[in-house]
Amino acid sequence: MTLRDLINKLLGRETASANTARERLQLVLAHDRVDMSSLTTDLLDKMRKEILDVVAKYVEIDFEEVAVSLETEDRMTALVANLPIKRTLSGDIKFKKNDKNDKNVKGEKDTRK
Amino acid sequence: MSKNTRTILICSGKGGVGKTTLTANLGIALANSGASTAVLDADFGLRNLDLLLGLENRIIYTAQDVLDKNCRLEQALVRHKKEPNLALLPAGDPRMLDWMKPEDMKKISELLSEKFDFVLVDCPAGVEDGFKNALAACKEAIVVTNPELSAVRDADRVIGILNTSDIEPIQLVINRVRPNMMASQEMLSIEDVQGILSLPLLGIVLEDEQVIISTNRGEPLTLTDTLSPAKKCYLNVSERLTGKDVQIIDPKNEGKSLKDKFMRLMQTKIF
Ligand SMILES: Nc1ncnc2c1ncn2[C@@H]1O[C@H](COP(=O)(O)OP(=O)(O)OP(=O)(O)O)[C@@H](O)[C@H]1O
Ligand SMILES: [Mg+2]
Repeated sequence: MTLRDLINKLLGRETASANTARERLQLVLAHDRVDMSSLTTDLLDKMRKEILDVVAKYVEIDFEEVAVSLETEDRMTALVANLPIKRTLSGDIKFKKNDKNDKNVKGEKDTRK
Repeated sequence: MSKNTRTILICSGKGGVGKTTLTANLGIALANSGASTAVLDADFGLRNLDLLLGLENRIIYTAQDVLDKNCRLEQALVRHKKEPNLALLPAGDPRMLDWMKPEDMKKISELLSEKFDFVLVDCPAGVEDGFKNALAACKEAIVVTNPELSAVRDADRVIGILNTSDIEPIQLVINRVRPNMMASQEMLSIEDVQGILSLPLLGIVLEDEQVIISTNRGEPLTLTDTLSPAKKCYLNVSERLTGKDVQIIDPKNEGKSLKDKFMRLMQTKIF
């Protein structure tokens, strides 16, 4: 955190726009880059649904909290799935809301490099 | 033929980020450092390189005439009077876009390679045929971008295409850098842009109104005596391109006013 961030926080001001730009860019590029290797938004939606179907066979998922997205860092794109589990189907209730380790599928490497 | 000519594509994806300005200034700077240099206008749709170099009134033949064998290469080349080491090969008329093939561009660049140490190819915006033709003529690339969302995004697409070709190295120039805005974190930082695009950074060019003034006059900054922020950057890029071991200009050290210093203080990491 920089001095400026701190002052902004204290004054309840918005964070500097460069941060917003960086985050938006990373998201849009993750999609652009995968698009190039022919994984379209359509396919991504379909895959999201199939992943959920598979996981739902074994555990009960909190569908409201599900997030399956593409994230990119250093020209590597990963498919990141966050699927909070309500309970296992065998009955024992385990609240594990927002547990990051539920499922984390490493995606295909960006084909470019 | 045995000449180890460096043919360099100057491209960006997005239009208006500063390809032509960089080509003109870099061309003059390289020529001035002693390398015989040609600049090739590959933007047949909207040619401008002649204007930036102040050579628009001296064009007789174009790249098209060379390909059609209406003239020899030497006849089409326009030598710069103040910098005789630099020659321009002008773009033909826009109809060239209809029939031009990558092989045609390759042909032109091979002809130029016999005569010059450096060939800079000013690429059209976009990732369509004009870009792909220009690409076929080059061995290396410089991707020009601005520290702005749309420019970086389009640069990324171009890099994706370059990565599937055998162009190497691919280097990055970030143009229109405003140290103040970066210091106040209202502009993507050099590290942000470079990190996102994952290319080696050749250099940066500061935002500078002298760029516009020099364009008005048809005299690239690197040709003039004025000491201006952008000129310093163009010279730096030229030196780094020829392999000189010089540091990239750091925007954090540019801007000497009290306000700049305050902005830098605000940028200090506290935890
Ligand atoms: N460092 C700079 N500071 C200020 N103005 C600049 C700078 N670099 C470029 N410009 C201005 O930006 C505009 C676009 O520059 P230029 O024509 O070089 O871009 P381009 O990428 O070649 O555009 P196109 O895609 O249309 O060919 C020009 O008006 C130029 O004067
Ligand atoms: Mg241009």
